[in-house]
Amino acid sequence: MEFEAALQEHGLDLRPLGIDTLQVNLGKLCNQACKHCHVDAGPKRTETMSRALIGRCLDILSSYPQIANLDITGGAPELNDNFEYFVGEAKKLGKRVMVRHNLTVTLDPHPASGRSMHHLPRFFSEHQCEVISSLPYFLEHETDGQRGGGVFAKSIESMRRLNALGYGREETGLSLHLVYNPVGAYLPPSQQASERQFKEELEKRHGLYFNSLYVMTNMPINRFRHFLERAELYDDYMDRLVRAFNPGAAGGVMCRSLISVGYDGTLYDCDFNQMLEWRVNHSTPASIWDFDFDRLIRREIVFGPHCFGCAAGSGSSCGGAVVK
Amino acid sequence: MASYYESKDLAKFPDVGKNRKPLWDKFIAWYVEATATEGALTKREKSLVGLAVAHAIQCPYCIDAYTQQCLESGANLDQMTEAMHVTAAVRGGASLAHGVQCRNIVERLSM
Repeated sequence: MEFEAALQEHGLDLRPLGIDTLQVNLGKLCNQACKHCHVDAGPKRTETMSRALIGRCLDILSSYPQIANLDITGGAPELNDNFEYFVGEAKKLGKRVMVRHNLTVTLDPHPASGRSMHHLPRFFSEHQCEVISSLPYFLEHETDGQRGGGVFAKSIESMRRLNALGYGREETGLSLHLVYNPVGAYLPPSQQASERQFKEELEKRHGLYFNSLYVMTNMPINRFRHFLERAELYDDYMDRLVRAFNPGAAGGVMCRSLISVGYDGTLYDCDFNQMLEWRVNHSTPASIWDFDFDRLIRREIVFGPHCFGCAAGSGSSCGGAVVK
Repeated sequence: MASYYESKDLAKFPDVGKNRKPLWDKFIAWYVEATATEGALTKREKSLVGLAVAHAIQCPYCIDAYTQQCLESGANLDQMTEAMHVTAAVRGGASLAHGVQCRNIVERLSM
């Protein structure tokens, strides 16, 4: 079944609601190479956003007060040499800055230059960044199975450093959110129940704290799709997503309220369309140099089979489940 | 027939409701309420109970469905393995408990 047909069947017309978030991908360089990564990021990738493009993103943020949020992603976005400049300038504009931080990047040397990244937790706290970090499970075996050997131990140490600065405690205002995604070809559990479980287990086992758990569905694109195909699970997984289609979740998909910017300045409806190189459609200018707010909010969103991933069960977005 | 159990047949389970639908509707409402909702037991706990029962009755469809349901409710393989051991221990214990019958008979027949 086509995603558009599912929308039609439920009388849904998913048009943009506005643009409150600019989600910027600073590049594909990453210190990790996770099995499920839809970006195909890794230590050998060289694609990175230039200072000029970052400046253009800041111009857009400055020009449109309604874009209140900057969501910085990658790869590991901290590995872009202009990351700290970007965060600092966006904070001066009064924006809420979210960083998709993989935890281990603090402890690993920069894959290209070898420089230390140990200062990152302090940098985040000084700039009041909201830190959003992947931790697929509270146990080592499952986490390392998805993200690589040693990732769990480093993630725990990195969380400890963030906690020591006040991250993960309501009263400090320094938010640390964790992201769960299934370690295989199945749908994620309930966000509420998992958050309770993660909080209990991480506190009991490691004395660690965080604010919220975002539960996300694995998208059947790039590396995760290759895994599904190798294991001959692609059709079963897609069938599972289609059967779990939830009109309530579909209405809240993130592409209705954000614009995703690629490392080269191309505009997309979401980070997944970006990785498929499906730029914004219907003659809307698709470069950040030609950013046209009015035309973007009147665009038609480009859908594909992977969109069932965002609309399955309780839904999935960059902020976790859509239906709480 | 190649096999009585084909995994793709699990998707045909609702076809049972094509006849005597009211019975199916009652069953499915009760089944979902009993096995897949948060109640006095969490959905994860219910999934582990379901997995344990699936192993007790050795139903391949049920093992497939409840393994997936365990994963999708946040259970891990350690917890699922413990559930299987509970099944095996209770089944083994039930056999051993009948040893009392054996002992009673031996006692009755012995001088």
